[in-house]
Amino acid sequence: MAERRTFTDVLTVLVAVAFAAVGLMYLVLSPDPVMKFHGTVLALSAIIAALFVLPNKLVQPFSTPGSDVDYCDGPIKFATIAAVFWGIAGFIVGDLIAWQLAFPALNLDLPWTSFGRLRPLHTSAVIFAFGGNVLLATSFYVVQRTSHARLAGRWAPWFVVWGYNTFIVIAGTGYLLGVTEGKEYAEPEWYADLFLTIVWVVYLLVFLGTLMRRREPHIYVANWFYIAFIVTVAMLHLVNNVTLPVSLLESKSYIAYSGVQDAMTQWWYGHNAVGFFLTAAFLGIMYYFVPKRAERPVYSYKLSIVHFWTLIFLYIWAGPHHLHYTALPDWTQTLGMTFSVMLWMPSWGGMINGLMTLSGAWDKLRTDPVIRLMVVSVAFYGMSTFEGPLMSVKAVNSLSHYTDWTIGHVHSGALGWVAMISFGAIYCLVPWLWNRKALYSIKLVEWHFWTSTIGIVLYITSMWVSGIMQGLMWRAYDKLGFLSYSFVETVEAMHPYYIIRATGGALFVVGGFIMAYNVWRTIRGDEPVDAHEQPRVAAAPALRAQMI
Amino acid sequence: MSGHHKEVDAVTGVETTGHVWDGDLKELNKPLPRWWLWTFYACIVWAIGYWVVYPAWPTMNGYTEGMWNWSARAAAMDEVKAGHDAQAQFRDELAKATLGDVKTKPELLRFATAYGQSVFGTNCSPCHGRGAQGSPGYPNLNDDDWLWGGKPEDIVQTIAFGIRSDHKDTRISAMPRFGMDSVLKPEQISDAAEYVLSLSSKSTDKAAAERGAAVFAENCAACHGEKGTGTQEMGAPNLTDAIWLYGGDKAMVVESIQTGRGGIMPAWKGRLDDTAIKAVATYVQSLGGSK
Repeated sequence: MAERRTFTDVLTVLVAVAFAAVGLMYLVLSPDPVMKFHGTVLALSAIIAALFVLPNKLVQPFSTPGSDVDYCDGPIKFATIAAVFWGIAGFIVGDLIAWQLAFPALNLDLPWTSFGRLRPLHTSAVIFAFGGNVLLATSFYVVQRTSHARLAGRWAPWFVVWGYNTFIVIAGTGYLLGVTEGKEYAEPEWYADLFLTIVWVVYLLVFLGTLMRRREPHIYVANWFYIAFIVTVAMLHLVNNVTLPVSLLESKSYIAYSGVQDAMTQWWYGHNAVGFFLTAAFLGIMYYFVPKRAERPVYSYKLSIVHFWTLIFLYIWAGPHHLHYTALPDWTQTLGMTFSVMLWMPSWGGMINGLMTLSGAWDKLRTDPVIRLMVVSVAFYGMSTFEGPLMSVKAVNSLSHYTDWTIGHVHSGALGWVAMISFGAIYCLVPWLWNRKALYSIKLVEWHFWTSTIGIVLYITSMWVSGIMQGLMWRAYDKLGFLSYSFVETVEAMHPYYIIRATGGALFVVGGFIMAYNVWRTIRGDEPVDAHEQPRVAAAPALRAQMI
Repeated sequence: MSGHHKEVDAVTGVETTGHVWDGDLKELNKPLPRWWLWTFYACIVWAIGYWVVYPAWPTMNGYTEGMWNWSARAAAMDEVKAGHDAQAQFRDELAKATLGDVKTKPELLRFATAYGQSVFGTNCSPCHGRGAQGSPGYPNLNDDDWLWGGKPEDIVQTIAFGIRSDHKDTRISAMPRFGMDSVLKPEQISDAAEYVLSLSSKSTDKAAAERGAAVFAENCAACHGEKGTGTQEMGAPNLTDAIWLYGGDKAMVVESIQTGRGGIMPAWKGRLDDTAIKAVATYVQSLGGSK
């Protein structure tokens, strides 16, 4: 056993050295300054990783308090902290560009701070950096606990979180330096894509390997959603990023598809990134953390099966609804729209199972703000998965498309559903992972809940009003058949709503800082200020038994 | 750990599936909610109905076209045609009419003004402002002060060919860079500026203005006129009124003399058809023109 560990450690160091060598090669050989910089990032990151592997501390000691399994929680802790960090970074950039829309002078006339470069930084930071790290952390936590088995691989889980976050740094700095494939939510260039592919395959292997060594007869529902997420995202990533580099030493590449095929591939990817990254995977979070925190059984096993299979079967067809009234053939638009409408109930199956799991425990909404975060999140999920099919209907889309309504819709899902369920999961995970008897302060969670909720409400209501107004102004004709408004008038009319939206976003940023402070004090081990107000389940599993 | 130990949940009275994970995770054996299932079926039925009526499924050599033979492109073209047809009478009339004719026919004038306003909003307002109020460097079109002439045919020519544009028939002129090309010394420029300001009674330094009169006569009068009232053939502004294209304080006047001026307006011929140009000219003249 010891020999095998030594062998694995040596192998891991060699892999890190290989990555460092690739990075250094780009530093030396590439004529492209951004590529040189990214080579340096990769090399430094790999060297730091190797230095952590050598003393061999991160995978020791092999014991989890209060459990007969030696869970591998180090990478989960890393990803949890990374999620909090990237979350705040992504929220701040998002709010900055919201203010830029209201006051264009805030672009500062610099290429690096212009809306065009910061916008992909914002979307990638919140979706892939914040959301992705939350998913890495929760999926690794959930698959271990529900399989009653340690994560597969000695260093592989560490490689996944290290590689994923290195990818994020390379992608994000690339945007700021003007390197982009120009594909929405898939902006990283070919070399970052290749690196992510390696990381993702290891992620899949770790996940499946853990399931294969499970000591439970059944695979828990949350894990079905995580598998669907990991497998589908791999497929989406590979197909959408088929690209030909100008040179193996330069960052620029050209996509294999052109015209409407490219648009369709892009939105097949884009919509399923929403479907499998932001919906299916976060339903995995819901299926573990809501029943766990509420201490109630999942409402309906049958519903979970039926809505899982219908959801993943129908979602994959819905992409064309992003391209209504374009060069995309009518039949493709029809399929996109009708499958989106059929998707309504399968989406709501998750909402029903989430909300109804609370039956018999509704009082916890009043007493436990962590439950409240997650339940309000599920409510936002239900609202945006109704709004989505509605907006996919062509008659509605002809008004809503290209307007702020779409932005409002995305954020009711992103802030309301994805972020709120993530906050709930993080508040659960931190005391559990660091073996604390409670969060540092449940009052601060209460503050976080209200600042975020008010922020979201300001955001989406202002975007509804602004978006519908914008759509109506664009299509308004006078009696003689001429357009009533010029484009610039519609922009002027949106100004106040942009300010309201950015104010809502600022509240959301404040909430992020409140969470970071609370998480930091909890990890540091400070005595909780209000432990008596927190439910028993807030405590780490090993400490729960002593508490009553 | 688990085995199949079904139990009845005390709160809901529903049996669990008997699976247990991580100590306490269980599932209730509830059936699918009826309303959920029927709504799901209804959505599927609606989708199938939609496929029957509209283009929907790809086939080996095309796609199912649907009962109504509907296509988005044909529907859009029909709407465009309907819009065109509704305006056809006035459009044709405007195409044939001279700008003088338009003014004598109230209905046609109303149409041309609305048409021009719409075209102006999309094409002209980015520089001239939605209310044609202009901004520094971009003339206000609401007054009766015209750089290149305010008669209908003058306005049409300006719109069609632009000012210092890339069209061969563009209006063109250039104000020299008196300072940058060292034609005048800084003191002379300062004096000339005082003189120019004195034309609209804004000068504060009488002696300098008097010195500037000579500089003006020698260097500026050729274009701006002996009295500074401007020459529209050359696009040389009237300097005696209170209307300033680049600002009327001393610093801005000095800068104008120092660096010269030469704003650009694109030629719209080719981007707008002749009828549209006529409509914009009608609208612009309705704002402030009296000639």
